[in-house]
Amino acid sequence: MIKKTGIYICKGCEIGKNLNTGSLADGIINEYQPAICKTHRSLCSSEAIDMIMNDIEKESLTDVIIAACSPRVYRERFEFSKEVNTERVNIREQVSWCNDPGEEDAQMLALDYIKMGIVKTRYTSAPNPYIPENLSSEILVVGGGITGITAAIEGAKAGYPVTLIEKKPVPGGWARELYRQLPSKPPYNKASEPEIGSLIEELHNTPGITIIVSANLKSISGQPGAFNATVESPHGVRKIRAGSIIAAQGWKPYPPERLSAFGYGLFPDVLTNVEFEQMAASQKIICPSTGKPPSSILFIQCAGSRDEHHLPYCSNFCCGTTLKQATYIREQLKKTSVFIIYKDLRMPGHYELFYNEVQKDDHTFFTKGEIKKISGEDGHLLVEVAHSLFNEDISIPVDMVVLATGMVPAGTDSLNLDYRLGKGLPELKYDFPDSHFICFPYETRRTGIYSAGAVRAPMDIPSAKEDAMGAMLKAIQCIEATKRGEAVHPRSGDRNYPELYFDRCTDCKRCTEECPFGAYDEDEKGTPLPNPSRCRRCGICLGSCPERVISFPDYSITGISQMIRAVHIPDEFTGKPRILAFVCENDAYPALDMAGFQRKFISPYIRVIPVRCIGSVNSVWISDALSHGFDGILMLGCKPGDDYQCHYMQGSELTGTRSENYRETLKTMMLEPERVHTEYVEITDFDKIPEIINGYVDTIKNIGPNPFKNM
Amino acid sequence: MDREDKPILIIGGGMSGITTAIEIAETGKKVVLIEKLPYLGGRVIKMNNYFPKLCPPACGLEINFSRIKRNANIKIMTSSTVEKLSGSKGNFMVQIRTSAQYINSNCTACGDCANVCPVERDNEFNYGLDKTRAAYIPHEMAFPWKYTIDTDVCLGRECSKCKEVCAYDAIDLSCRDKEHTLRVASIVFATGWMPYDASRLENLNYANHPDIITNVEMERLLAPNGPTKGKLQKFSDGKVPKSVAFVQCAGSRDENHLPWCSAVCCSASLKHAMTIAEHYSECIIQIFYIDIRVTGRNEDFLKKAEKIKNIRFIKGKVGKIDIKDKGQKLELIAEDILTGIKTSSQAELVVLATGMQPDDSVAGLVKGLNRENPFIINEWQEDGIYAVACARKPMDVSASLKDATGIALKAIQAMKASVPNT
Repeated sequence: MIKKTGIYICKGCEIGKNLNTGSLADGIINEYQPAICKTHRSLCSSEAIDMIMNDIEKESLTDVIIAACSPRVYRERFEFSKEVNTERVNIREQVSWCNDPGEEDAQMLALDYIKMGIVKTRYTSAPNPYIPENLSSEILVVGGGITGITAAIEGAKAGYPVTLIEKKPVPGGWARELYRQLPSKPPYNKASEPEIGSLIEELHNTPGITIIVSANLKSISGQPGAFNATVESPHGVRKIRAGSIIAAQGWKPYPPERLSAFGYGLFPDVLTNVEFEQMAASQKIICPSTGKPPSSILFIQCAGSRDEHHLPYCSNFCCGTTLKQATYIREQLKKTSVFIIYKDLRMPGHYELFYNEVQKDDHTFFTKGEIKKISGEDGHLLVEVAHSLFNEDISIPVDMVVLATGMVPAGTDSLNLDYRLGKGLPELKYDFPDSHFICFPYETRRTGIYSAGAVRAPMDIPSAKEDAMGAMLKAIQCIEATKRGEAVHPRSGDRNYPELYFDRCTDCKRCTEECPFGAYDEDEKGTPLPNPSRCRRCGICLGSCPERVISFPDYSITGISQMIRAVHIPDEFTGKPRILAFVCENDAYPALDMAGFQRKFISPYIRVIPVRCIGSVNSVWISDALSHGFDGILMLGCKPGDDYQCHYMQGSELTGTRSENYRETLKTMMLEPERVHTEYVEITDFDKIPEIINGYVDTIKNIGPNPFKNM
Repeated sequence: MDREDKPILIIGGGMSGITTAIEIAETGKKVVLIEKLPYLGGRVIKMNNYFPKLCPPACGLEINFSRIKRNANIKIMTSSTVEKLSGSKGNFMVQIRTSAQYINSNCTACGDCANVCPVERDNEFNYGLDKTRAAYIPHEMAFPWKYTIDTDVCLGRECSKCKEVCAYDAIDLSCRDKEHTLRVASIVFATGWMPYDASRLENLNYANHPDIITNVEMERLLAPNGPTKGKLQKFSDGKVPKSVAFVQCAGSRDENHLPWCSAVCCSASLKHAMTIAEHYSECIIQIFYIDIRVTGRNEDFLKKAEKIKNIRFIKGKVGKIDIKDKGQKLELIAEDILTGIKTSSQAELVVLATGMQPDDSVAGLVKGLNRENPFIINEWQEDGIYAVACARKPMDVSASLKDATGIALKAIQAMKASVPNT
């Protein structure tokens, strides 16, 4: 298709005052002869929008370039029709607002940005969305505990068919073992009947749910919209075509045999909270050694939790469980004394009101302390507690000890994913699946597979039920997005996907290894097999490929290379260096806008190219920029590491390893290592980023011009 | 109009309301998100950073705002409140009032109006710790990104300086409130929380000394876009404090104030303490607590704080803060409730970790709310009306977003079930 471009340069918001827009238009007309090139006093006005619409119709424009404010502003207003591609060129926040009026350098900057915009449209083609064949709207729920059951019921109620698979002969999970559960509504002062019974009933009575028990998930292959699961059960082998999957494998109690320091395994009257719950449920609280009801029971909180030798984390539920169990004792054994030894009593929210209730009991005693030793004979135990408040040790003789042990995630390897990068969901820490657990808790690193419940994070029943609903919503959303050929979070709505030119592929496996979302499988030869609906469109594979095999219709190696080449490089005698900045579009780019808004000075020697993720920067762009004559390359990405902020999880982490390659490139070109520099910034660093940029410009000025300039 | 065509109404444009709205919209359903302030982001956008990553909330919000910009299913109404609602699941009728918009959508955020505006107002965004002009942009990352005029203090047409200077015909000083009626399929209350009024804690002298502040004020004090540009200082003399004390459970876990635990204040104070320790290595930080309630994997965060030399943990509830030496000295008296052990210590800046209570502006719209139970209990509501996140119980951001996503599912169930194609 022949491109016909209309270019519109805005004069509003001081742009016309700070820049000579007429000369910008002349420069563009001279070099590119576009169908239309106009300036306007305010492009966002309805009058200007009408003018552009008119031009589109009269001139049959295919591309419209708006050189005005940031693309983050007025997006909707400048989307003219599905057939017309709009390219925004930011000459307000990142040129006019961060430079002094009438600056020649700012004028050159604006001209370069418009030229880069024109080039970008030439390498942008219309999306050709990918929709898998034989789409399924069914959701597979793996795990039939309270999380899986809730997910199944709520998904079916929204009109989506669900298959629930459970490895045990009956659904219900750990919740079946409960005698009571903590109050979840006002006045929050009494443990209530467990809800699992009625939930199981609802599960069986809700239309649209298939339940497979004693199930063994043999394998899962495919991609969102078109997963193929093979499930084995005593009734035979079933193939399930699923649109999305919920991983709700739940938890296991921390193995108590590792807690001999607390007397477990050494004394029969030391039990775990799980064992005590079962005992209370059978209405028989007795010391196993004597068969008699205990006259005193001591609970040890955080037994094997908040402890670097066992579980370093807090399991969230054990304080509540202990307080609940203390009420069982009062109900079943009127006179038995209860001691609770804790580090911190954690009863957040309305659970506090239940804690208040338990504190009213005359025979329940709370003490902050650390367990030093448990000894015993003849059915009596002696617990020595280092009392952190009194600064002295106390010894408490009791008949029974209950260890409040924590939860260990059951893990997601039982998904048996037939993926290049492993059977389960990639983990972050302590075997819990990786996600942006603050802002986007469901986004795992396997698209279309959402973890929920105690397998995702330690949690209690109300929390697990909420989690189940959230994961089910994401599972439904994924199916709907896939039906429309759109990406899911964070580039939701993106209808492009990477295309591979296999002729050049050398089977180097970088894309298959580096994709954070496991979008690529491999054939026997090691050639990548893309699964487009697993793709999050971050472009990290594009950044990884040494052979320029991978590109998106609107984001490609050639496209960006051409944008780099569109920049005019003044010769080395002008004292005007040129710095190319690859800037993460999610965080660093908005921060640059904010710096402009605050009218902070940003060196006009910089040329910014926003990238989807700093991990999508291909080293080809770096060598292209250096050979084109750029004096330095600055990369602004998000923080990597344990507390990473990269929206694609691994993107900024990868720049660390890739910078080795950049150093190599610089070495072979005989250039100084400072010519490629990476900084990790946050979106709120709008004070810091201008300093970083201006400081880097100074560094490059000191090093001197790139010797490849104008060669 | 059948059910499928009616949108879902989300009341409250904080982090939970935004999330509920987007998560619903991305399933292909329509939503209307209404917010009483001129910008989205609620309490969260006023936070300096999140625990445990110490990262800025604006990062996740930017992603969400760009999801909103890309999604035609989301309609946003700022400066708007619900006046009345009636009807039932699948067919509610809602009356909405949008307060007078002196600045319309022609605004380009150029800032000329604020430059000429002669009137000042207390800056709501910074909890009144500084001032803006009556024509102002709420903050650097405000969404929608436009200026607004505080009609309560604006001099109106008699002044008109802003109108004269605006080159984009964006100002109409005679604009009035507007009423709209909407039919919606279901309603989500994402009305969030408000900080407990610290001036009610008479023993803690919040109202009587400028260096006794609350945790939400501390949040703004540490923020780079706050009233001090992120510089920690005493309000009495503008100097950096040599010592800071955090009073946990200030008015929480307390029958006379908020009987519940707000679940976030411990982590929030740790976050403040760590941020201060990082930038002011001389500053001694004391945290007075009953229990440190940092749950789940955030335990690592507590461990990190415990390793910082200048952060000291003292078990005890602060019952009293005495102002001594004509305001030169602040003395904290703390007592361990279980043991009766008493301690007394001093600090130059005291932060009251006050808890959350549900925003009371919706009291008239929802049944069953009273002083004992100000939170909205979903089971007590009609089918088709749901409360989410801190409107229904105290929780942190991560839990709120999980809840928001889950309630999005309940809300779409109220619409006609979509037809599966398998």
